Amino acid sequence: MKNISKKLMAMGVACTMLSGGIVSSAMAEELRMTIWSANEGHLALFNGIADGFVASHPDVTVKFDSLPFSNYTTTVTTQIAGGNAPDLAWILETTAADFVNSGALYPLNDVLNAADDYDLDDVSKPPLGLWSRDGVILAMPFSTSPFAMFVNNDLIKDAGAKSPSELIATGDWNWENAIKTASAVGATGKAGLIVRDFKYQNWKNLASIWSGWDAAPWSADGKDCTFAEPEMVSAMNFIHDAIFEKNAIPGPGESVDFFAGDAALTITQISRASLLPKENAFDWDLVPLPAGPAGEYSLIGQAAIGVFASSKNAELAAEFLAYMTNPENSAKLAQFFPSIRGSLLNAKTLGETNALLSEDQLNKVVIEGIAKGSVIPGHTGFAQIEQIVRAGLDAVWVPNADIETALANVCSRIKPLLAR
Amino acid sequence: MSQVSHVVAKSDRPRPLWTIKRRDQIAGMLFIAPQLTGIIVFVLIPLGLVFWYSLHEWNVLANSFKFVGSANYKTLLADPALPEVLTATGIFSAGLVVFNMSLALLIAVLLNQKLWGIVVFRTLFFSPVVVSLVAWTIVWSFLLQNNGGINAVLQTMGIEGPNWLRNPSTAMFSIIVIQVFKNVGLNMILFLAALQGVPKELYEAARVDGASAFKQFRRITLPLISPTILLTSIITIVGSLQVFAQIAVLTQGGPGMSTTVLVYYLYQQAFQFHFFGYGATLSIMLFIIVAVLTFAQWQLRKRIVFYEN
Repeated sequence: MKNISKKLMAMGVACTMLSGGIVSSAMAEELRMTIWSANEGHLALFNGIADGFVASHPDVTVKFDSLPFSNYTTTVTTQIAGGNAPDLAWILETTAADFVNSGALYPLNDVLNAADDYDLDDVSKPPLGLWSRDGVILAMPFSTSPFAMFVNNDLIKDAGAKSPSELIATGDWNWENAIKTASAVGATGKAGLIVRDFKYQNWKNLASIWSGWDAAPWSADGKDCTFAEPEMVSAMNFIHDAIFEKNAIPGPGESVDFFAGDAALTITQISRASLLPKENAFDWDLVPLPAGPAGEYSLIGQAAIGVFASSKNAELAAEFLAYMTNPENSAKLAQFFPSIRGSLLNAKTLGETNALLSEDQLNKVVIEGIAKGSVIPGHTGFAQIEQIVRAGLDAVWVPNADIETALANVCSRIKPLLAR
Repeated sequence: MSQVSHVVAKSDRPRPLWTIKRRDQIAGMLFIAPQLTGIIVFVLIPLGLVFWYSLHEWNVLANSFKFVGSANYKTLLADPALPEVLTATGIFSAGLVVFNMSLALLIAVLLNQKLWGIVVFRTLFFSPVVVSLVAWTIVWSFLLQNNGGINAVLQTMGIEGPNWLRNPSTAMFSIIVIQVFKNVGLNMILFLAALQGVPKELYEAARVDGASAFKQFRRITLPLISPTILLTSIITIVGSLQVFAQIAVLTQGGPGMSTTVLVYYLYQQAFQFHFFGYGATLSIMLFIIVAVLTFAQWQLRKRIVFYEN
């Protein structure tokens, strides 16, 4: 029975590959890594690092496969199902539990310990927790990027509102005042605050706001839904009010780009600094997230690199991973992707590779952010939970919404999934 | 007696191997072989495999493929989301079929005139059919945004347009309209060809008898183009059950579950949630629905098709 199953699976995979027009480039020494960025700066950096690896491994080629962010994990898993799994993949924090617990990833401890000058002790251990199981490291976080707020001072000045730097100087940098500024810009016809990539679908990015209320979608152990807790209800009421009453956040179905100069504020990760316009540049700033009723806080996103256990070149791929995240290359990556290496988490080192950000910005946003930050929410089976919550929260994104009931409904629908 | 001996004598004669009939059969088989191979490799084998997968729990990440028998079918029957999904699918299909076919027939009748420049109008109505579906949908996504083109036009007339894709009632309507405008040209061309095949003398006779234009349409046109109506209805219904790109680009199944049609739900289960076995089970259900509807329509032809070659 097992043999028949395997043969039929193989046939299915063959048919899928043929019908999809996928041609496996199964050259023995080619490594393929899927990434979600197609940014030229990011690709140049990755290719530069890959060139260094190829110099010491002349029979190896490394290819970076840029996949659209919106369907990134779906595309990777479809490639795996089609028998065309990449050797390495950039894995997002929200799906960490799925990849780590499934057994899909190649254990890295031996390769990392054997790599020259890797200095595994320099790697901060708490951020590794998400990517390890029973002490075995299954993926190496290469980017621990705090969420911060980019500011368009020109628009704020035109609206006659107080800029975040002015509010920080007077100790008034909190959500109430941030929304006042966003609302003032919204009244001019430009947009106030954009939670980048949220688009009323990707709700987990709202953690960059609700964390200020000490709200969370589920308990720390992931078993209980906390969407209907008072902190979350209060945070969601604040966000709803900012959208529908104060015109501080563009409403559902409106598309506005901060980096095109159309909004005053945007919450995103510092890796997006590469999107700041070089032509028609505006006076921009980068500031920490405002304090919420529960005080100051920080949110970090993580991305790790993992090697697929099913890869024909798993060991070689793990060697490349070790090379890519060694101290020297981690310093290069820190230009866009802050490292979890203790030796690199200082403004001087980060400043050497990050010309866009000042030492003050790096200290306040990156270093303090990583030190205080909680990771963006994730869970086993996150894709399914994400869709159900997205459908439930649609009831919140309308004027005069019954927020408390909508959040209670979200909880009743995801409870069985959290308990799994 | 002489007849018997004649038969015996005929059977004793050795039959030539390379007969004209056999040569024709082999030539015919060679002609259909490429198509048949394609159907076997790309339709029949995948169909069989989908059924086989539906009997398994297939975890892509863990690389496990476990036989679970009818478990996925039991899950299907108990799936709390399925009624919403089937309702959305039914609304989309019904809306699309009614709107598409009525509009296609109306345009075809209007364009079935011998007027100067009529070909330009026919081309205009048909042109969306050859436009890339995703490109078409993306353009519409900009038009339908809350601050998009359609609401801007409505605003100039003093009308505050709805948030088309974020309101459960207008989201489904918008998707139906986008799909109708995309494909109405195809049905229009089929109807136009059928209309041009209706003998003119029948209309002349009806006019002599004093039949009104509406009566002529109802008593002559509709019965004579009924085979085309059947064909277009089958194509439209089957197509409506396979809608995916518009949902994926415009609403991702929202708001709520209001536009989560069966194919999009199947995609979510298989490719987003990684339940490939359950996704395969939903595919089987979709296959059965399409097969039953097509069979029912085919049976109905005896009642609704008045004229068939």
